[in-house]
Amino acid sequence: MLNYIAKRLAMAIPTLWIVITLSFFLMRLAPGGPFDGERQLPPEIEANLMAAYHLDEPLWMQYLRYMGNLLQGDFGPSFKYKDFSVTELIMQGFPVSLELGALAIGLALLLGLPMGVMAALKRNTALDYSLMGVALGGIAIPNFVIAPLMALLFGVLLGWLPVGGWNGGALPNLVLPVVALAIQQIAYVARMMRASMIEVLGSHYIRTARAKGLREHEVILRHALRPAMLPVLSYLGPAIAGIITGSVVIEQIFGLPGIGRYFVQGALNRDYTLVMGTVVFYGVLIVLMNLIVDLLYSLFDPQIRYDD
Amino acid sequence: MTTPLLEIDNLRVDFDLPTGPVTAVKDVSFSIGENQTLALVGESGSGKSVTSTAVMRLLPEMARISGKIRFAGEDLTEASASRIRQLRGNDISMIFQEPMTSLNPLQRIGRQVAEVLKKHRSMSGKAARARVLELLEQVGIPEAQRRIDSYPYELSGGQRQRVMIAMALACEPRLLIADEPTTALDVTVQAQILELLRDLQRRYGMAILFITHDLGLVRQFAERVCVMRHGELVESGSTAEVFAAPRHDYTRMLLEAEPRGHKPPVAADAPLLLQARNMRVRFTTRKRLFAADDVFEAVRGITLDVQRGQTVGIVGESGSGKSTLGRALLRLLDSQGQLRFEDTDISGFDKALMRPLRSRMQVVFQDPFGSLSPRLTVGEIISEGLRVHFPELDRRERERRVIEALEDVALDPLMRKRYPHEFSGGQRQRIAIARALVLKPDFLLLDEPTSALDRSVQVTVIELLRHLQDKYGLTYVFISHDLAVVRALSDTVLVMKDGMVVEQGATESVFANPREAYTRELMRAAFVDPAA
Repeated sequence: MLNYIAKRLAMAIPTLWIVITLSFFLMRLAPGGPFDGERQLPPEIEANLMAAYHLDEPLWMQYLRYMGNLLQGDFGPSFKYKDFSVTELIMQGFPVSLELGALAIGLALLLGLPMGVMAALKRNTALDYSLMGVALGGIAIPNFVIAPLMALLFGVLLGWLPVGGWNGGALPNLVLPVVALAIQQIAYVARMMRASMIEVLGSHYIRTARAKGLREHEVILRHALRPAMLPVLSYLGPAIAGIITGSVVIEQIFGLPGIGRYFVQGALNRDYTLVMGTVVFYGVLIVLMNLIVDLLYSLFDPQIRYDD
Repeated sequence: MTTPLLEIDNLRVDFDLPTGPVTAVKDVSFSIGENQTLALVGESGSGKSVTSTAVMRLLPEMARISGKIRFAGEDLTEASASRIRQLRGNDISMIFQEPMTSLNPLQRIGRQVAEVLKKHRSMSGKAARARVLELLEQVGIPEAQRRIDSYPYELSGGQRQRVMIAMALACEPRLLIADEPTTALDVTVQAQILELLRDLQRRYGMAILFITHDLGLVRQFAERVCVMRHGELVESGSTAEVFAAPRHDYTRMLLEAEPRGHKPPVAADAPLLLQARNMRVRFTTRKRLFAADDVFEAVRGITLDVQRGQTVGIVGESGSGKSTLGRALLRLLDSQGQLRFEDTDISGFDKALMRPLRSRMQVVFQDPFGSLSPRLTVGEIISEGLRVHFPELDRRERERRVIEALEDVALDPLMRKRYPHEFSGGQRQRIAIARALVLKPDFLLLDEPTSALDRSVQVTVIELLRHLQDKYGLTYVFISHDLAVVRALSDTVLVMKDGMVVEQGATESVFANPREAYTRELMRAAFVDPAA
């Protein structure tokens, strides 16, 4: 098991290196720089700033310097949020993003799994069609459309919930962003669960379970549910990546102080170090989450063992 | 006799398909007494499985049942769902054809067997476990104490079927429905399972409804037999009567469908086409990055001569290495040892060197469903090899040869415009043969070409192979686990076990006087009569 974990982590290194390198150079391809403001800085000051942050060096030297610092765990200072290092900003934003993401994943499973099971059990009935219709809508409508619409409806028109802000993570402030973030995942989970449940219900061992004289709910709970959840479980890795990218948009829309917002602001401001820092952080997070999901999978499926 | 245990009276099953209703079973009536074994025989699609599944009321919702199914006098077609659940797994239990997939893959086998006991006998966990252990021992699971906590994937097909039997027998049912219980298993395992069932029947005194397509098994196993075709019962009676004097043409045809005849031997001085000396095939797997390779030797030093016009039969159970050997002979797999095709030493030949020889060494695989590309027409499938090996041929010449090949395998040349899914299993196997034949090969590797086919279809494919061998002077290596087919087709036979040759020799002398115990066991298990 430890061996396997070590191997997976080692395999992540080249992936992360490619991600970091690509983002570094792509970022620099974008026109403008961190000190282009509305008010033109005097050339001497700008030159001094550039020198202070080593931005006057050739690009390849900056790249080597950045990689060198990164290896020592140093993300560098933020160009825009003076007095803050990138690490400090990420650590400030992470609890917000984590809470948002975890709640969204939880909601996706809590609603998606039962929806899928119900649709599978009532296959080709009005219930199935309406559940799957809703799910299809959830997939088709992007979150940057649904989020402002929800804010408009529940925040402005009905006045039930605040349209934005974090407010220390108060429940009313959480509802809209979490739901907006989860909708697409609920839909995916429901559709996947339905398909895999239908497949499992048609399998030979379910026939065996029925031939034993079990009641239908015993057949479902004891024999169908766990096997049917396996594909959903392996989807959790990509789902987490989806939640992370989704949160970039959602945090911006609802004005939440998570990493996603720093990421967007950083990109707009050409805050190179902040953008790079969030990219590295997201990369590592996705790698780790996928690993955790795969390890969880082995708890579910006895055929998967990592202890060669 | 008093009331029979199971009485089926004018049973009819219709399926409401989106395309309209289809009748799967029509006016079927038969009965089984206590302690009796009745075999329901028929080819695929004859309705035998639908009939048996109807008894358990396990048919899908779109099935409509009419007629009567009486179990110990009680009409099951009228019984409530909860009454049926009381009977299932308790008074009537069932084992299925697919031992590999009939157990829940995520649960330990002990728990799965115990579930029936907890359900119907309200046993405590501890008592159930003790009884499960006893059952596993009874059905011959080795080291039951340890195996009780195994997951299905840790067991072989034969062991899984034993677990299914243990589950079915847990509550000592009065009727056991065995739906092709041994079809997916090797012949020696098949014999063990059938002996086990017979032994348990004696011990528990249950009736068995035995569904099979294999008449050889019926003769050994059942007292009474019912023959089904197209959903109807065409003949029934005591096994001895039916086998001695079949009344219906279809039964007669089934009985005659056992492969017959022998292959006339080739001249002793016929030239050698293929020579293999001390063939070895190794598979290596590496489990960890820096660990030593795991080496598994699938073929261990086999020497084989094939004369032109000969058929060499290779028999053995699954895992014996027979398919691996076949593939190595064609150099579809890398091997050690010497290999000659005619006068060419092809031992170390790679893909490029083999390419010019490929048209002369062809192969037909077992699975007539999986080995034809579903997106190509039959004509395209057959002509593809021509495009590769004979690029100089123009379109009309290619077409002419495709038509010729289809006529050779007795298919209508007009069918070349159609797609594989429009054909039956037997027809697809003919297409696969035509695809090999169109290249005018000298040597044909036949890897279980008839195993997926019904007996009556098998016989026609065997006849076809014989005819083609005569017509074109073909040389065959014929791989099969079916001894009767091998006996009918080959000059010499090679019995393989664990990658090695157990016995090798002229077909008739091996079948008439098997020298090795393993060969004898194989034959006994396959119910091949040495004297036939």
